[in-house]
Amino acid sequence: MDIVKILAIAGSATLLFLVLELIRRGRLKERYSLLWLFSSVVLLILSLSRSLLEFFSKLIGIYYPPSLLFLIAFIFLLLITLHFSAVISGLSDKNKRLAQEVALLRHSLDELSRRHGSAQDGP
Amino acid sequence: MNILVIIPAYNEEKSLPGVIRDLQDHVPQADILVVNDGSKDRTETVARDLGVMVLGLPFNLGIGGAMQTGYRYAEQKGYDSAIQFDGDGQHVASEIKALCEGLQQGSADIIVGSRFLRPGEYRPSFFRMLGIWIFSTVLSAILGMRVTDTTSGFRAANRRVIEFFARNYPEDYPEVESLVLLHRAGMNIGEVPVVMRDRTGGRSSITPIRSAYYMVKVLLAVFIDLLKK
Repeated sequence: MDIVKILAIAGSATLLFLVLELIRRGRLKERYSLLWLFSSVVLLILSLSRSLLEFFSKLIGIYYPPSLLFLIAFIFLLLITLHFSAVISGLSDKNKRLAQEVALLRHSLDELSRRHGSAQDGP
Repeated sequence: MNILVIIPAYNEEKSLPGVIRDLQDHVPQADILVVNDGSKDRTETVARDLGVMVLGLPFNLGIGGAMQTGYRYAEQKGYDSAIQFDGDGQHVASEIKALCEGLQQGSADIIVGSRFLRPGEYRPSFFRMLGIWIFSTVLSAILGMRVTDTTSGFRAANRRVIEFFARNYPEDYPEVESLVLLHRAGMNIGEVPVVMRDRTGGRSSITPIRSAYYMVKVLLAVFIDLLKK
Protein backbone atom coordinates (compact mmCIF):
# COMPACT_ATOMS: atom_id res chain seq x y z
CA MET A 1 0.00 0.00 0.00
CA ASP A 2 1.53 3.33 -1.03
CA ILE A 3 1.63 6.42 1.12
CA VAL A 4 -0.76 8.37 -1.14
CA LYS A 5 -3.42 5.72 -0.61
CA ILE A 6 -2.95 5.66 3.17
CA LEU A 7 -3.14 9.45 3.31
CA ALA A 8 -6.23 9.53 1.12
CA ILE A 9 -8.02 6.92 3.21
CA ALA A 10 -7.05 8.61 6.46
CA GLY A 11 -8.13 12.00 5.13
CA SER A 12 -11.53 11.00 3.83
CA ALA A 13 -12.24 8.75 6.83
CA THR A 14 -11.44 11.64 9.17
CA LEU A 15 -13.73 13.93 7.19
CA LEU A 16 -16.56 11.39 7.31
CA PHE A 17 -16.03 10.89 11.06
CA LEU A 18 -16.07 14.66 11.70
CA VAL A 19 -19.26 15.15 9.69
CA LEU A 20 -21.02 12.26 11.46
CA GLU A 21 -19.86 13.51 14.85
CA LEU A 22 -21.14 17.04 14.18
CA ILE A 23 -24.51 15.66 13.10
CA ARG A 24 -24.66 13.37 16.12
CA ARG A 25 -24.00 16.27 18.50
CA GLY A 26 -26.62 18.38 16.74
CA ARG A 27 -24.02 20.99 15.67
CA LEU A 28 -24.76 20.42 11.98
CA LYS A 29 -28.30 20.28 10.68
CA GLU A 30 -29.04 17.33 8.41
CA ARG A 31 -30.22 19.74 5.73
CA TYR A 32 -26.73 21.25 5.46
CA SER A 33 -24.83 18.02 5.97
CA LEU A 34 -26.07 16.03 2.97
CA LEU A 35 -23.48 17.41 0.56
CA TRP A 36 -20.73 16.88 3.14
CA LEU A 37 -21.78 13.30 3.85
CA PHE A 38 -22.07 12.47 0.18
CA SER A 39 -18.69 13.99 -0.71
CA SER A 40 -16.82 12.28 2.14
CA VAL A 41 -18.36 8.88 1.32
CA VAL A 42 -17.46 9.21 -2.38
CA LEU A 43 -13.89 10.24 -1.50
CA LEU A 44 -13.55 7.35 0.94
CA ILE A 45 -14.78 4.77 -1.58
CA LEU A 46 -12.42 6.03 -4.27
CA SER A 47 -9.50 6.08 -1.80
CA LEU A 48 -10.17 2.49 -0.75
CA SER A 49 -10.55 1.02 -4.21
CA ARG A 50 -7.58 1.69 -6.46
CA SER A 51 -9.25 -0.08 -9.41
CA LEU A 52 -12.37 2.09 -9.23
CA LEU A 53 -10.19 5.21 -9.05
CA GLU A 54 -8.16 4.07 -12.06
CA PHE A 55 -11.29 3.23 -14.00
CA PHE A 56 -12.76 6.73 -13.57
CA SER A 57 -9.41 8.45 -14.20
CA LYS A 58 -8.96 6.61 -17.52
CA LEU A 59 -12.54 7.43 -18.42
CA ILE A 60 -11.87 11.18 -18.35
CA GLY A 61 -8.20 11.00 -19.32
CA ILE A 62 -6.39 11.68 -16.03
CA TYR A 63 -2.89 10.13 -16.02
CA TYR A 64 -2.22 10.23 -12.31
CA PRO A 65 -5.29 8.64 -10.64
CA PRO A 66 -4.96 10.26 -7.17
CA SER A 67 -5.42 13.69 -8.76
CA LEU A 68 -8.99 12.58 -9.50
CA LEU A 69 -9.52 12.77 -5.74
CA PHE A 70 -8.46 16.42 -5.78
CA LEU A 71 -10.78 17.13 -8.68
CA ILE A 72 -13.74 15.54 -6.93
CA ALA A 73 -12.98 17.27 -3.64
CA PHE A 74 -12.69 20.59 -5.48
CA ILE A 75 -16.02 20.13 -7.24
CA PHE A 76 -17.75 19.26 -3.99
CA LEU A 77 -16.25 22.30 -2.28
CA LEU A 78 -17.54 24.51 -5.08
CA LEU A 79 -21.01 23.05 -4.75
CA ILE A 80 -20.97 23.37 -0.97
CA THR A 81 -19.90 27.03 -0.99
CA LEU A 82 -22.46 27.83 -3.68
CA HIS A 83 -25.11 26.16 -1.57
CA PHE A 84 -24.01 28.24 1.42
CA SER A 85 -24.18 31.46 -0.59
CA ALA A 86 -27.77 30.64 -1.48
CA VAL A 87 -28.58 29.79 2.14
CA ILE A 88 -26.97 33.02 3.39
CA SER A 89 -28.91 35.07 0.85
CA GLY A 90 -32.15 33.59 2.13
CA LEU A 91 -31.14 34.15 5.75
CA SER A 92 -30.16 37.77 5.20
CA ASP A 93 -33.53 38.40 3.59
CA LYS A 94 -35.33 36.88 6.56
CA ASN A 95 -33.06 38.83 8.89
CA LYS A 96 -34.00 42.08 7.16
CA ARG A 97 -37.70 41.34 7.37
CA LEU A 98 -37.38 40.49 11.07
CA ALA A 99 -35.59 43.77 11.78
CA GLN A 100 -38.32 45.71 9.94
CA GLU A 101 -41.00 43.81 11.82
CA VAL A 102 -39.29 44.62 15.14
CA ALA A 103 -39.25 48.33 14.29
CA LEU A 104 -42.92 48.32 13.27
CA LEU A 105 -44.00 46.30 16.31
CA ARG A 106 -42.02 48.47 18.73
CA HIS A 107 -43.70 51.52 17.25
CA SER A 108 -47.21 50.14 17.71
CA LEU A 109 -46.28 48.96 21.20
CA ASP A 110 -45.14 52.49 22.11
CA GLU A 111 -48.34 53.91 20.68
CA LEU A 112 -50.48 51.43 22.60
CA SER A 113 -48.76 51.94 25.93
CA ARG A 114 -48.93 55.71 25.52
CA ARG A 115 -52.67 55.55 24.94
CA HIS A 116 -53.11 53.07 27.76
CA GLY A 117 -50.87 55.07 30.08
CA SER A 118 -52.78 58.34 29.57
CA ALA A 119 -56.11 56.57 30.21
CA GLN A 120 -54.80 55.15 33.46
CA ASP A 121 -53.33 58.36 34.83
CA GLY A 122 -56.11 58.71 37.44
CA PRO A 123 -55.32 55.96 39.96
CA MET B 1 -55.21 62.74 0.39
CA ASN B 2 -53.08 61.59 3.30
CA ILE B 3 -49.36 61.83 2.72
CA LEU B 4 -46.48 60.21 4.56
CA VAL B 5 -42.99 61.66 4.26
CA ILE B 6 -40.42 58.90 4.83
CA ILE B 7 -36.97 60.00 6.01
CA PRO B 8 -34.44 57.19 6.34
CA ALA B 9 -31.75 58.45 8.71
CA TYR B 10 -28.33 57.07 9.57
CA ASN B 11 -26.29 59.32 11.88
CA GLU B 12 -28.17 62.48 10.91
CA GLU B 13 -28.58 64.15 14.33
CA LYS B 14 -27.08 67.39 13.02
CA SER B 15 -29.13 67.85 9.89
CA LEU B 16 -32.42 66.29 11.02
CA PRO B 17 -33.81 69.31 12.98
CA GLY B 18 -33.44 71.59 9.94
CA VAL B 19 -34.94 68.98 7.60
CA ILE B 20 -37.99 68.43 9.80
CA ARG B 21 -38.58 72.12 10.43
CA ASP B 22 -38.44 72.67 6.67
CA LEU B 23 -41.04 69.93 6.17
CA GLN B 24 -43.33 71.16 8.95
CA ASP B 25 -43.24 74.66 7.46
CA HIS B 26 -43.93 73.69 3.87
CA VAL B 27 -46.05 70.52 4.05
CA PRO B 28 -48.00 70.82 7.33
CA GLN B 29 -50.69 68.45 6.02
CA ALA B 30 -48.24 65.52 5.71
CA ASP B 31 -47.26 63.03 8.42
CA ILE B 32 -43.51 62.72 8.94
CA LEU B 33 -41.83 59.41 9.65
CA VAL B 34 -38.14 59.07 10.48
CA VAL B 35 -36.72 55.57 10.06
CA ASN B 36 -33.64 55.39 12.26
CA ASP B 37 -31.36 52.90 10.52
CA GLY B 38 -29.38 51.80 13.57
CA SER B 39 -27.60 55.14 13.99
CA LYS B 40 -24.66 55.39 16.36
CA ASP B 41 -25.50 58.98 17.31
CA ARG B 42 -28.63 60.52 18.89
CA THR B 43 -30.70 60.49 15.68
CA GLU B 44 -33.60 58.66 17.32
CA THR B 45 -33.81 60.94 20.39
CA VAL B 46 -33.46 64.05 18.24
CA ALA B 47 -36.31 62.88 15.99
CA ARG B 48 -38.58 62.02 18.93
CA ASP B 49 -37.94 65.41 20.53
CA LEU B 50 -39.00 67.06 17.28
CA GLY B 51 -42.39 65.39 17.67
CA VAL B 52 -42.36 63.23 14.53
CA MET B 53 -43.06 59.53 14.26
CA VAL B 54 -39.98 57.34 14.59
CA LEU B 55 -39.34 53.74 13.62
CA GLY B 56 -36.13 52.40 15.16
CA LEU B 57 -34.43 49.52 13.40
CA PRO B 58 -32.52 47.26 15.80
CA PHE B 59 -29.41 47.41 13.60
CA ASN B 60 -28.22 49.02 10.37
CA LEU B 61 -30.00 47.63 7.31
CA GLY B 62 -28.74 50.09 4.73
CA ILE B 63 -30.76 52.63 2.78
CA GLY B 64 -32.91 50.09 0.94
CA GLY B 65 -33.98 48.16 4.03
CA ALA B 66 -34.69 51.38 5.93
CA MET B 67 -36.74 52.90 3.12
CA GLN B 68 -38.74 49.71 2.76
CA THR B 69 -39.57 49.85 6.49
CA GLY B 70 -41.17 53.22 5.81
CA TYR B 71 -43.11 51.83 2.87
CA ARG B 72 -44.33 48.91 4.98
CA TYR B 73 -45.56 51.41 7.55
CA ALA B 74 -47.32 53.44 4.86
CA GLU B 75 -48.90 50.26 3.56
CA GLN B 76 -50.14 49.15 7.00
CA LYS B 77 -51.58 52.56 7.88
CA GLY B 78 -53.29 53.01 4.53
CA TYR B 79 -51.51 56.12 3.24
CA ASP B 80 -52.46 57.24 -0.27
CA SER B 81 -49.03 58.56 -1.13
CA ALA B 82 -45.51 58.48 0.23
CA ILE B 83 -42.67 60.93 -0.27
CA GLN B 84 -39.07 59.74 -0.03
CA PHE B 85 -37.03 62.50 1.54
CA ASP B 86 -33.34 62.50 2.49
CA GLY B 87 -32.33 63.22 6.07
CA ASP B 88 -29.15 65.06 5.08
CA GLY B 89 -30.82 68.26 3.96
CA GLN B 90 -30.22 68.07 0.22
CA HIS B 91 -33.93 67.86 -0.60
CA VAL B 92 -36.07 70.98 -0.46
CA ALA B 93 -39.45 70.61 1.27
CA SER B 94 -41.17 73.29 -0.81
CA GLU B 95 -40.56 71.15 -3.92
CA ILE B 96 -42.83 68.40 -2.55
CA LYS B 97 -45.76 70.37 -3.93
CA ALA B 98 -44.45 69.84 -7.45
CA LEU B 99 -44.08 66.09 -6.87
CA CYS B 100 -47.61 65.78 -5.46
CA GLU B 101 -49.09 67.75 -8.33
CA GLY B 102 -47.37 65.39 -10.74
CA LEU B 103 -48.84 62.45 -8.89
CA GLN B 104 -52.34 63.96 -8.84
CA GLN B 105 -52.38 64.28 -12.59
CA GLY B 106 -52.71 60.51 -12.47
CA SER B 107 -50.59 59.57 -15.47
CA ALA B 108 -47.69 58.28 -13.35
CA ASP B 109 -47.53 55.99 -10.31
CA ILE B 110 -44.23 57.43 -9.14
CA ILE B 111 -42.85 60.93 -9.68
CA VAL B 112 -39.09 61.41 -9.48
CA GLY B 113 -37.68 64.82 -8.65
CA SER B 114 -34.97 65.52 -11.22
CA ARG B 115 -32.07 67.94 -10.87
CA PHE B 116 -31.34 67.90 -14.58
CA LEU B 117 -34.60 68.89 -16.24
CA ARG B 118 -33.80 72.58 -15.89
CA PRO B 119 -30.53 72.87 -17.77
CA GLY B 120 -27.67 74.84 -16.33
CA GLU B 121 -28.77 74.84 -12.70
CA TYR B 122 -26.62 71.94 -11.55
CA ARG B 123 -23.00 71.58 -12.60
CA PRO B 124 -21.43 68.30 -11.51
CA SER B 125 -17.81 67.28 -12.11
CA PHE B 126 -16.81 65.59 -15.36
CA PHE B 127 -16.81 62.04 -13.95
CA ARG B 128 -20.12 62.55 -12.22
CA MET B 129 -21.51 63.88 -15.46
CA LEU B 130 -20.25 60.78 -17.27
CA GLY B 131 -21.82 58.48 -14.69
CA ILE B 132 -25.10 60.36 -14.82
CA TRP B 133 -25.08 60.18 -18.62
CA ILE B 134 -24.42 56.40 -18.65
CA PHE B 135 -27.14 55.71 -16.11
CA SER B 136 -29.68 57.86 -17.83
CA THR B 137 -28.91 56.39 -21.27
CA VAL B 138 -29.12 52.77 -20.07
CA LEU B 139 -32.24 53.39 -17.99
CA SER B 140 -33.96 55.36 -20.73
CA ALA B 141 -33.41 52.44 -23.09
CA ILE B 142 -34.77 49.90 -20.62
CA LEU B 143 -37.76 51.97 -19.53
CA GLY B 144 -38.61 53.10 -23.04
CA MET B 145 -38.84 56.72 -21.89
CA ARG B 146 -36.43 59.53 -21.15
CA VAL B 147 -35.27 59.64 -17.54
CA THR B 148 -32.69 62.22 -16.53
CA ASP B 149 -32.07 61.79 -12.79
CA THR B 150 -31.96 58.04 -12.14
CA THR B 151 -30.21 58.26 -8.77
CA SER B 152 -32.59 60.81 -7.30
CA GLY B 153 -33.91 59.74 -3.91
CA PHE B 154 -36.54 62.49 -3.92
CA ARG B 155 -39.70 60.77 -5.11
CA ALA B 156 -43.44 60.60 -4.57
CA ALA B 157 -45.26 57.27 -4.80
CA ASN B 158 -48.96 56.48 -5.05
CA ARG B 159 -50.79 53.66 -3.25
CA ARG B 160 -49.98 51.09 -5.95
CA VAL B 161 -46.26 51.76 -5.63
CA ILE B 162 -46.47 51.82 -1.81
CA GLU B 163 -47.95 48.32 -1.88
CA PHE B 164 -45.33 47.17 -4.39
CA PHE B 165 -42.37 48.63 -2.48
CA ALA B 166 -43.62 47.17 0.80
CA ARG B 167 -42.95 43.78 -0.77
CA ASN B 168 -40.05 44.43 -3.17
CA TYR B 169 -37.39 47.00 -2.57
CA PRO B 170 -33.77 46.63 -3.66
CA GLU B 171 -31.13 46.82 -0.96
CA ASP B 172 -27.79 48.43 -1.65
CA TYR B 173 -28.27 51.23 -4.19
CA PRO B 174 -32.01 51.12 -4.59
CA GLU B 175 -32.94 54.22 -6.59
CA VAL B 176 -31.85 53.02 -10.03
CA GLU B 177 -32.87 49.39 -9.54
CA SER B 178 -36.27 50.22 -8.14
CA LEU B 179 -37.15 52.11 -11.33
CA VAL B 180 -36.47 48.96 -13.36
CA LEU B 181 -38.54 46.83 -10.96
CA LEU B 182 -41.43 49.29 -11.16
CA HIS B 183 -41.29 49.36 -14.92
CA ARG B 184 -41.38 45.57 -15.06
CA ALA B 185 -44.35 45.56 -12.71
CA GLY B 186 -46.19 47.73 -15.22
CA MET B 187 -46.04 51.02 -13.29
CA ASN B 188 -45.66 54.39 -14.95
CA ILE B 189 -42.75 56.64 -14.05
CA GLY B 190 -42.74 60.41 -14.33
CA GLU B 191 -40.19 63.14 -13.68
CA VAL B 192 -40.58 66.73 -12.59
CA PRO B 193 -37.81 69.33 -12.30
CA VAL B 194 -36.70 70.15 -8.76
CA VAL B 195 -33.94 72.13 -7.10
CA MET B 196 -31.66 70.41 -4.61
CA ARG B 197 -29.26 71.83 -2.05
CA ASP B 198 -25.74 70.84 -1.16
CA ARG B 199 -25.59 68.67 1.93
CA THR B 200 -25.98 70.50 5.26
CA GLY B 201 -24.33 67.91 7.49
CA GLY B 202 -23.07 64.35 7.72
CA ARG B 203 -21.29 62.60 4.89
CA SER B 204 -22.62 61.17 1.65
CA SER B 205 -22.58 57.40 1.49
CA ILE B 206 -20.97 57.73 -1.95
CA THR B 207 -17.29 58.73 -1.85
CA PRO B 208 -15.37 59.46 -5.09
CA ILE B 209 -13.39 56.20 -4.78
CA ARG B 210 -16.55 54.15 -4.54
CA SER B 211 -18.21 55.81 -7.51
CA ALA B 212 -16.77 53.51 -10.16
CA TYR B 213 -17.57 50.45 -8.09
CA TYR B 214 -21.04 51.84 -7.49
CA MET B 215 -21.65 52.26 -11.22
CA VAL B 216 -20.55 48.76 -12.13
CA LYS B 217 -22.54 47.22 -9.30
CA VAL B 218 -25.73 49.09 -10.09
CA LEU B 219 -25.53 48.34 -13.81
CA LEU B 220 -24.92 44.68 -13.01
CA ALA B 221 -27.88 44.64 -10.64
CA VAL B 222 -30.05 46.26 -13.29
CA PHE B 223 -29.11 43.65 -15.86
CA ILE B 224 -29.72 40.85 -13.36
CA ASP B 225 -33.14 42.34 -12.63
CA LEU B 226 -33.89 42.11 -16.33
CA LEU B 227 -33.01 38.39 -16.27
CA LYS B 228 -35.17 37.64 -13.24
CA LYS B 229 -38.58 36.19 -13.75
